[in-house]
Amino acid sequence: MSGLEQLYQQIIIDHSKHPHGVGLAEGEETSHQRNPVCGDEITLALRWDATGERVESVAWEGSGCSISQASASLLATLAEESVEEGSPWTPEELTALIEEFRDALRSRGATPLDEERFGDAAALSGVSKYVARVKCAMLAWVAAEDLLQRRAG
Amino acid sequence: MLTQYPGGVTAAPLTPAELEGVRAQFPILAREVNGHPLAYLDSAATAQKPLRVIEAESAFYRESNAAVHRGAHTLAGEATELYEDARRTIAAFLAVDENEVVFTSHATEALNLVAYALGSASIGRGAGASAAAAPHALAPGDEIVVTELEHHANLIPWQELAARTGATLRYIPVLDDGALDLEAARTIIGERTRVLALTHVSNVTGAITPLEQLVPLARAVGALVVLDACQSAPHLALRPRELDVDVAVFSGHKLYGPTGIGVLYGRAALLDALPPFLYGGSMITTVTMERAEYLPAPQRFEPGTPRIAQAIGLAEAVRFVTGIGLERIAATEHALTERMLAGLARIPNLRVLGGTLVTNRVGLASIVVDDVHAHDAGQVLDEAGIAARVGHHCAQPLHRRLGATASLRLSLGVHSTADEVDRALEAVASIRPFFGFSGGDRA
Ligand SMILES: Cc1ncc(COP(=O)(O)O)c(C=O)c1O
Repeated sequence: MSGLEQLYQQIIIDHSKHPHGVGLAEGEETSHQRNPVCGDEITLALRWDATGERVESVAWEGSGCSISQASASLLATLAEESVEEGSPWTPEELTALIEEFRDALRSRGATPLDEERFGDAAALSGVSKYVARVKCAMLAWVAAEDLLQRRAG
Repeated sequence: MLTQYPGGVTAAPLTPAELEGVRAQFPILAREVNGHPLAYLDSAATAQKPLRVIEAESAFYRESNAAVHRGAHTLAGEATELYEDARRTIAAFLAVDENEVVFTSHATEALNLVAYALGSASIGRGAGASAAAAPHALAPGDEIVVTELEHHANLIPWQELAARTGATLRYIPVLDDGALDLEAARTIIGERTRVLALTHVSNVTGAITPLEQLVPLARAVGALVVLDACQSAPHLALRPRELDVDVAVFSGHKLYGPTGIGVLYGRAALLDALPPFLYGGSMITTVTMERAEYLPAPQRFEPGTPRIAQAIGLAEAVRFVTGIGLERIAATEHALTERMLAGLARIPNLRVLGGTLVTNRVGLASIVVDDVHAHDAGQVLDEAGIAARVGHHCAQPLHRRLGATASLRLSLGVHSTADEVDRALEAVASIRPFFGFSGGDRA
C-alpha cells in the first residue's frame, strides 16, 4: 500500500461519503471546533443515557476534509458499537479512549491504534505519519473532550 | 517565439539550456520528496532561494557583520555601506529614489505601517511638524476603498484604521468570474475616497488588476493609492511611478530573497509627511525626556537594528532576477501558464477560480475539485512530490464570494518547467478517481 492508500483507507473514504451520527437537535449542548488552517469545522454533542452516567450516542455536524469528517463519523460509530455491546462509555472510559487516540495520532506512525479498542476507527492510524493532518483527525475527539471537561466542571 | 506580456514589452522565453542553468542555482531543487524529484509549485506562498542569495546572507555574517548607522569602526562602516547599497539596488529595481525605499519585515508590516501612520496623522500626531501630516488625516465621512480580492494583509489593517478614525471601509466587489466589477468601482471611488488600497495581482486568481482603469479614479479625487505588489514583483517589472501609485509594498521572500525582509516604496513627499509607526533608536534627531524629533524617511520608519543580512540577501535576489530579466521571466512563465490553464481546462469536474483565460494573468491557478476537499486533493499532489498550497490563501472573503471554502493552488516560479506542470496536471486529473469519484480522467 502506498502512503496515500494507508492514509485514505477505504473505510475512511466510505465514512467521509456516508457519515454516521450526523444531525444535531435544536438547543442541545455542543462543542464547536475549527481548524483555522483549512477551515474544517465540527460541532459535536454527547448524548447521555437516563442515568446520565453513560454515553448513549455521539451526534455531530460539520464540513471539511475527508479525514476530519470520517473521524467524526467513526467516533459516532464507535459509540454506537459500545452501546450495542452493552458497555456504553462512562466519562472516564471515553476520556481514556480520547487520550489513547491522541497518543497514537501524535506518535508519527510508531503506535498504531488498537483495533480491539477502536474498531474501524483504527483505520485512522495512517494519519499519524502526516503531521499536518493530525489536527483534522483530532477535531471531533477534541470536541468530545471539551464536553467531558465542561461536564466535570 | 516572442511573447507579448502585460505592459506591451516583448521578450523571448528562456531557452531550455538557460532554464537548466537557472534551475542549477537552486540547491533545493535537487531534493526528492516522497520518492519523486521535488516539483515546487508553491512560489506564490514563498519562493525558493538561489545559492547566491543564501551565500550573500551568510557572507555578511562571516565577513562584515556589525550594527549599521551606529558607531564608527571599520566593520560598522562596511555594514552600513552594504545595507545602504541594498537599498540603492531595490530603488534601481523599482526605478525610484533611494530615500523612497523603506525596509520592513514583510509586506504585512509595510501595509500596517502605512495604515497606522495614517491613523496617527488622524489624531494629530505629525512628523515633528504635524502640519505636514494633517492633509492625510481621516475622519468620519471619509472613505477607505479596498477590493474583495485582497489578501487579509491588505484588508485587516484598513478595517482597523476605519474603526480607529471613524472612516468607512468600502470595497470594490468581484464578479462571478473573479474579475473586479469596474462598473461598480466607478461609483464606489468618489469624492469621499481618501485611500484606495488594492492588490496588483490576486494571490488566488493570478489576475493582474487593471490599474490603468482604477488609479485615475482615485487620482481624480485626490485619494492615496496603496498597491500590494506581493504577487506582481516576482513576475513583471514593477514600476510604481509609471503605475502612478503612492505606495507599493512587497515581500522579499516571494522574490527569491530571504524571509524577514519586506519593501515599502512611498512617494518621497508622502513618506516625509507621515508620522512614524514604530518608535525607538536610529530614527531620531534630538531626544529629550519629554519629546523626540524624527529623521526624514527612510530612517524615520526603520527604528531599531534593521534586518541587515536580509536586506543584503534581497538585493542579491534582485540582481538574480534582473540578471535574467523580468521580461524574459514573464515570457517564460507566460508560456507555462498557458500550458497549465489549458491543461486544467481539459480536466472535467474541476473549477479554476477566476477561469482559465490566460490574458492578464501571472502563473498561478487555484483549483476546486468537485466533491473533494482541497486538503485531500493537496495530499495527492504531495504524494507525487509536488508542493502546492491548500487552504484559503489568506483570502477568505474572495473564496466565500466565489463559493469555495478552500482551494488547491499551483504557482510557478522562474525555475518551473513544462515537465513539472505536466506532472501537476496528471496528479490533479488523478484526484477524483483516487477518491472513488468518476470523471477525473483527462478528456
Ligand atoms: C497578495 C499578497 N499580499 C500580502 C501578502 C503577505 O505577505 P507576507 O506574509 O510576506 O507579509 C501575500 C503573501 O502571502 C500576498 O500574496
